[in-house]
Amino acid sequence: MTAVPAGGDAVVRVENLAARFGGRPVFERVSFEVRRGEVFVILGGSGCGKSTLLKHMIGLYPPAEGRIEILGEDIAALEGAARRALLRRIGVMWQSGALFGSSTLEGNIEVPLEEHTGLPAEARALVAKAKLGMVGLADAAGRLPAEISGGMAKRAGIARAMALDPPILFLDEPSAGLDPVTSAGLDALIKQLARDLGTTFVVVTHELQSILAIGDRCIMLDKAARGMIAEGDPRRLRDESADPVVRAFFRREAPPDRQGAAA
Amino acid sequence: MARDATGTVEDAAGFEARAEGAGGLRLAFRGVLDAGAVARLWPDATRRAKGAAPLTLDLGRLASLDTAGAVLLLRLEREAGGARWQGLPVDGPARAVLERTRRALEAPAAAKAAGDGGLPWVGRLGRATVGRGDRMLDQVAFLGEALVAGAGVARRPWRLRFGEVMRHLDEAGLRAFGLTILLGFLIGLILAFQSSVSLRRFGAEYYIPNLVGISLLRELGPLMAAVVLAGRTGSAFAAELGTMRVNEEVDALRIMGIDPVAWLVLPRVLAAVLVMPVLALLMDLSGLLGMGAVMLSLGYVPAGVAGQLQYALRLWDLWGGLWKAAAFGLSIGLIGCRAGLNAGGGPRAVGDAATGAVVGGIVSIVVIDGAFAVLFYRLGW
Repeated sequence: MTAVPAGGDAVVRVENLAARFGGRPVFERVSFEVRRGEVFVILGGSGCGKSTLLKHMIGLYPPAEGRIEILGEDIAALEGAARRALLRRIGVMWQSGALFGSSTLEGNIEVPLEEHTGLPAEARALVAKAKLGMVGLADAAGRLPAEISGGMAKRAGIARAMALDPPILFLDEPSAGLDPVTSAGLDALIKQLARDLGTTFVVVTHELQSILAIGDRCIMLDKAARGMIAEGDPRRLRDESADPVVRAFFRREAPPDRQGAAA
Repeated sequence: MARDATGTVEDAAGFEARAEGAGGLRLAFRGVLDAGAVARLWPDATRRAKGAAPLTLDLGRLASLDTAGAVLLLRLEREAGGARWQGLPVDGPARAVLERTRRALEAPAAAKAAGDGGLPWVGRLGRATVGRGDRMLDQVAFLGEALVAGAGVARRPWRLRFGEVMRHLDEAGLRAFGLTILLGFLIGLILAFQSSVSLRRFGAEYYIPNLVGISLLRELGPLMAAVVLAGRTGSAFAAELGTMRVNEEVDALRIMGIDPVAWLVLPRVLAAVLVMPVLALLMDLSGLLGMGAVMLSLGYVPAGVAGQLQYALRLWDLWGGLWKAAAFGLSIGLIGCRAGLNAGGGPRAVGDAATGAVVGGIVSIVVIDGAFAVLFYRLGW
């Protein structure tokens, strides 16, 4: 079925990606690989294009230049049934949760199950219940998205992204706006899923705690540089990076003045 | 489906059922137990497991399983009231998935709401009645708030946001002119044409201007203009204020010490009150033009039609209709704003508020129209 991705175990490969909005470049020449089973973090300050990069990776925006391969397939070139088959194998948690307001949390999780599997109603309900239990929301299964807190909506969003046990999960700012305990719980869940199921995670975040707790590898985007400024193990970047912007990020300092970059 | 070198199907999930001892059953699973496989196996497996004692689940040849697979196995265990597990590795992904799913399913479900014993509908009926009563009180309170805010602005008119009033006058009025003229012309045309069919039998086509003129000026002009306002503007008020409410902008105003009623509601309601008579007048005039077109096509001269109108209509017919229109505008504006400010949370809230504004607006127009009909009759107008 799917061709084995060339060059080892890369499940996501981004080559020379450029993103532009109305001619205005967001970033240029971004290239990296995400390997099977790792937690890959895309980090950077506000407005550097992290979420834009994520939306390119899941095929929502067509690349202005370059190429994105998910599980060995060029996501921007796929159409119809092939695209659906690939989308079934990725899960996305949106920054706001993006839960459907008209159905309960359980109903939200059943949407992909109903659409993509032939599971009987009882099995769907049990899987939905299990997913909610995994994110600690078993007692809120019957509640509507409008009736839960922002943190709960995020966890429900993860549960929905996991509904089909996809091999790759994309998480947009999973811990932003959560209290430290919930956030740590979420980090533990991500690590556990990566370990148990071999799920690959691509996480967009700027939460330092989270990056260091879960990230196996990371890339850092920078607004002024309009692209990647670092790649590697986040702990090593923290301790060893020579780039002043990277150092400032990990030390929570004000960014160094970049000459000629003010625009 | 992938085949390995020996030609056997590698990932075709399935199970073998074998009776064991008295009433016992062994289910030996193989392959990849994922959602697709579970969908296929679920009915058969659950049927067989029912009442099996003891049930043995043999996972020795299982390649892997996902959450759906784990759910199936745990469901079978529950169906049989317990199971003996075989071939499950002490450690490893399959065990981890199974244990995680088991823990998740054992998490406590929400406690049922207490107090609904015996006759649940009695409680529901009571709550609904109390809720309806509370909402009616809210409506009265809102009317009061609007009156207080209006009185405050009447004392200090410079506090009214005239820019906002102008914006809403433009949106509710000027931009509705085309639609109003079109509707008015067509309604006048249709009324004249339909009444000509009946009146011709009596040779009374000459009285079409009397009939159409009075019904337009006194009733249909204001009423149709109000329907246009409720559909276009009442719903827009509700949607705009509802979105502000969902975005917590209304709360932000309150916290800044600004009365949302004075800030948001008054300019809109004032605009609706001012614009309504204009729309009604426009509807009247274009309706008369439509009627005139029919009369011309029936062979009457314009001067004759105008003379007949002058003879049949009193100035009060027009004034009464325009006052009524102002009252309609007040009601539509207030109902639209209230629907918006009372919007709940979530994306549906805004839609519900807009629907409530249109339905409430139209119902209120008809009720107010009825009240005016009784009033004018009593006063002999």
